Amino acid sequence: MFSYCADPDTLSGLSWLSCYLTTGKHMMLYYSLGTVLLLLAITAPAALAFGFMGAMSARTRAPFSWFGKAYIALVRGIPDIAFFLFFVIALDQLFEWMRHKALCPDWDQPIRQGNDFVVCDAAKLPLSNASQWVHEVYGFSLAVLTFAIVFGAFAANVLYGAMRAVPRGQMETAEAYGMSQRQSFWRVLVPQMWVYALPGLSNLWMVLIKATPLLFLLGVEDIVYWSRELGGSKTARFTAYPHADWRMWYFFGLLVFYLLFTKFSEVVLERIMARLTHGQATSGGEAQRKATI
Amino acid sequence: MSCLQTIQDYGLRSVGYGERLLPKDDFTLCQQFTLIGSGMIWNIYFGVIALIFGFVFANALALAKGTQNPLLRKPAEWFIFIFRGSPLFVQFFFGYFLFLSLKSVAPVFAPLSAAWLGALVVLFLNTAAYSGEIFYGALRSIPRGDVEAADAYGLSGWTRFRRVIWPTMMRLAWPAYTNEAIFLFHATTLVFFSGFPAWQQRGDALYYASYFADKTFNPFVPYPILAGYFILLTLVVIGTYGMINRHLNRHLPQEHRRRIRVRPQIIR
Repeated sequence: MFSYCADPDTLSGLSWLSCYLTTGKHMMLYYSLGTVLLLLAITAPAALAFGFMGAMSARTRAPFSWFGKAYIALVRGIPDIAFFLFFVIALDQLFEWMRHKALCPDWDQPIRQGNDFVVCDAAKLPLSNASQWVHEVYGFSLAVLTFAIVFGAFAANVLYGAMRAVPRGQMETAEAYGMSQRQSFWRVLVPQMWVYALPGLSNLWMVLIKATPLLFLLGVEDIVYWSRELGGSKTARFTAYPHADWRMWYFFGLLVFYLLFTKFSEVVLERIMARLTHGQATSGGEAQRKATI
Repeated sequence: MSCLQTIQDYGLRSVGYGERLLPKDDFTLCQQFTLIGSGMIWNIYFGVIALIFGFVFANALALAKGTQNPLLRKPAEWFIFIFRGSPLFVQFFFGYFLFLSLKSVAPVFAPLSAAWLGALVVLFLNTAAYSGEIFYGALRSIPRGDVEAADAYGLSGWTRFRRVIWPTMMRLAWPAYTNEAIFLFHATTLVFFSGFPAWQQRGDALYYASYFADKTFNPFVPYPILAGYFILLTLVVIGTYGMINRHLNRHLPQEHRRRIRVRPQIIR
């Protein structure tokens, strides 16, 4: 990185540290911080969409509402990590199975042969001759989809509650104006539910931030992976920057990173909440009104 | 091999009794049920012990955070902030590597780098922070009338705390605390995926479930089995805490009692 880094053996103190922290592998660590942010940026809206569909489905009539309610109820009783580990394999097999059905109709052997899951070569995901980045992108998108499904269930729970929290009078008024079910849902219920949903959703955002290290379990090379790699003790034979086992300090750094991140989100979410409650007929809005008088 | 034989061989495998080697191929349903169920011993062990010790510490934390004295309040606030603001997964890793370096300083700390104690300590501190925050919130929402009534009866200091403030705090906090307990049990599945080694393949339920999923490449059997066990465990937790909740609310008229609602909102 810096010009004086050419011969690390001669360095000491801060200059050694500055060279050490800017090696190529450390760049991978910083780059994987970006992966975490990317995951959050994609997962949050995707989970919200899943949750919205789940909540909508839970509000419908009996046979259809079972799907939504089961989706919401499942995450209550089962550890989320089990879902993560399950969906990564299950989704992968589902996609390969679907491609297998579409691409190799004349395949006659069973797909599950004992302890193996065998599909034809054309149906493999990613294809066996694909380059490294395709594998990485595929792994990452599986992880994103898994996160979206699990957190979609949490979001569905929050949104379902928020939809029911909108005062009944509002919906009755909409009906009195002659709006159809669909119109009153989209024009009255949905715009009003967000203020009721926001406390739950901001809680969910915090939980989502704290769930990002689980990417490591899904086989993505994320910050946990690189912290373990870089922190392990290095001898002078393999690297220009030998050091003892520093994994503790790397994970201490991660701890601080997450603390700062959650604190920052907390402050931002409080601001949004203050803005949204402005003028609403909730206790928060009432408190704001009284404070300004 | 009959299923009874399998249960004899693997029923206590996770704590080191029975067959030394895990099944290698021809996995039967019975084997999966038995081994995953045997792993649940660890989940229950971690959850119950961490909850018991965490409960005591959480009370102390809540009171410390509620006092005026900054010497007590500030450390409690920081403790709760650190453990609630960072992922449990990273806490496990940090704890494990911290214990490893402690071990190299003094051999007294050697047991801490094993899961049975080290992970328990991390879980204990973590649940203490989360429950401490719940108890603190309950402490702040004790109705003023209750405290005034206690004052009017001439209660003060320790007696007032023991007879009025603490029972009310528990009563208000209990529904949220039930959720905390449920999600603590769920969090115990992280232990063997976060640095702490499973010595001689003695792991928890998720450890064995993922072992089977890796070997058979079929996630559709072991994970639903695990899910079934956890739903049972969750029902037991809800039942137990519901009984305590009824006991705490027994003096109230029926319609004022607070029902426990399970909310999937606290994963760490």
